[in-house]
Amino acid sequence: MSAEPLAPNSSTRAAWMHTPVGGAPTPRRIVLTIVFIITAFFLVAPLVLIVATGLSSGLGVFWRNLTEPATVHAVMLTLMTALIVVPINILFGLAAAWTVTKFEFPGRTFLIALIELPYSVSPIVAGVAYLFVYGSQGLFGPLLEAYDIKVMFALPAIFLASMFVTAPFVARELIPLMQVQGTDEEEAAVTLGASGFATFWRVTLPNVKWAVVYGAILCNARVMGEFGAVSVVSGNIRGQTTTLPLQIELLYQDYNVVGAFTAATVLTAVALLTILIKVGLERVGRVPHAGPSH
Amino acid sequence: MRRRVIPGFGLALGTTVLYLGAIVLLPLCALLLKASGIGLSELWGILSSPRTLAAIRVTLTMAFAATIFNAIYGLLLAWVLARYEFPGKRLLDALVDVPFALPTAVAGLALTALFAKNGWFGKPLEAIGISVAYTPLGIAIAMAFTSIPFVVRTVQPVIEDLGSEVEEAGRSLGASDFQILRKIIFPSIFPAFLAGCSLSFARSLGEFGAVIFIAGNQPMRTEIVALLTYIRLEEYNYQAAAAIATVMLLMAFIMLIVINAVQSWQLRVIGRGDT
Repeated sequence: MSAEPLAPNSSTRAAWMHTPVGGAPTPRRIVLTIVFIITAFFLVAPLVLIVATGLSSGLGVFWRNLTEPATVHAVMLTLMTALIVVPINILFGLAAAWTVTKFEFPGRTFLIALIELPYSVSPIVAGVAYLFVYGSQGLFGPLLEAYDIKVMFALPAIFLASMFVTAPFVARELIPLMQVQGTDEEEAAVTLGASGFATFWRVTLPNVKWAVVYGAILCNARVMGEFGAVSVVSGNIRGQTTTLPLQIELLYQDYNVVGAFTAATVLTAVALLTILIKVGLERVGRVPHAGPSH
Repeated sequence: MRRRVIPGFGLALGTTVLYLGAIVLLPLCALLLKASGIGLSELWGILSSPRTLAAIRVTLTMAFAATIFNAIYGLLLAWVLARYEFPGKRLLDALVDVPFALPTAVAGLALTALFAKNGWFGKPLEAIGISVAYTPLGIAIAMAFTSIPFVVRTVQPVIEDLGSEVEEAGRSLGASDFQILRKIIFPSIFPAFLAGCSLSFARSLGEFGAVIFIAGNQPMRTEIVALLTYIRLEEYNYQAAAAIATVMLLMAFIMLIVINAVQSWQLRVIGRGDT
């Protein structure tokens, strides 16, 4: 897909026509060198630094930092958030994609825009907005206080804010794919007497399952790494509402740099694993390569 | 009308609207409601205060600087990935996704350590008199890092789809490489390029995690709008937080409109190319 347009094999064409623009050795070498150098400084060095600093005091210290109770608690909270948010967003993504790709209705374009809205809103704005719903100054604040239900500065707010920032992830992968696939297969299944659920489960889902997996993995990475929205709504109570990214900031503020980088190593590993799975899915051709992302 | 053959419209639409309403629209409406409760003179007072104006200026200029860097580096990256074969190409392609996969707080921490006075890059840069960490330059670098994939991933597929026929036609008419680049290739990828740059700019405006570590957060000098919102909240100054957050939301909406306009222009250009 990438190289094929460059090499017209026809021997009747003159040699100078075979070399595409920028394909001559000298410009090629210059452009590649510039890209390699910037990439090494800009994208690779941060990764190397995180792991190097995390491990700089030896494996023993690394392990001690990793198993420190507050960090372990942060890891567990982060995992729990992902376990709650990702499945909900998979269901939402499927419902949203099913709605906007299988049916025509007034307001469809508006709904698609609405699905993508969280991408453009700053996580800080999302966090602040949640405060004005569930906080003591917010719409439902007095009501929640009357029943002694705590949403803000507690786990529910972390889950809700995470849902806000990742709502489009699965839907975004599914909508273009399901749009291309059309409705013929579903219509055939329904005409042959399949129920709506059977149609979805046996016809639609198998066609899009890898896109669901891909969207879920991106969603998971973002949930585990979300910082801005969560830091506004979590209250940052040590050992209680600190997710892993918040714990990194706390450690850093305590001048425990190695500890902060150790926690960062865990999230870096999640990020690299996410990319690895993405590359794997692309290579077997289950998801479209590149394309406008996010 | 051949609709409603497939069942489940009500259920799927209901779920989607309910979820979007509860998770996305409700909080945004609550924010706007809170902001609308502020009197106009108070609102003006909050927004025209020197500190707010400085934060807006720093955010806009540094987001612009980050976008300029991403425009150049992103275009080169997309070009290299779409056009050249070289060892390590797959690795480079995977590396482009690092800023999206890596949590912004982790990126911010790493960039700060790299550019601090005694850091790997900070030390040599300091020696030639350039400070990055805790200066506006640091903000621009953090913003550029978190938004570089937008430019690459919007431009890369368009360069890949660009047929070699137009280039060959241009060449057989005697055009030089530079002319082909300027008159054929660049106009074809320009809408996508602009869309990628707008996405990068929009993301930079709202970036928080990566920036607050490296910015140093000095009011009037290296304070971004997102941080000022956060600080007003911590001071329990909810009115000011609501007002500034609303400005951020407004900027996001403006960018959304710009991006949509650019993308529909891009679709028209692609459509014209096909026929």
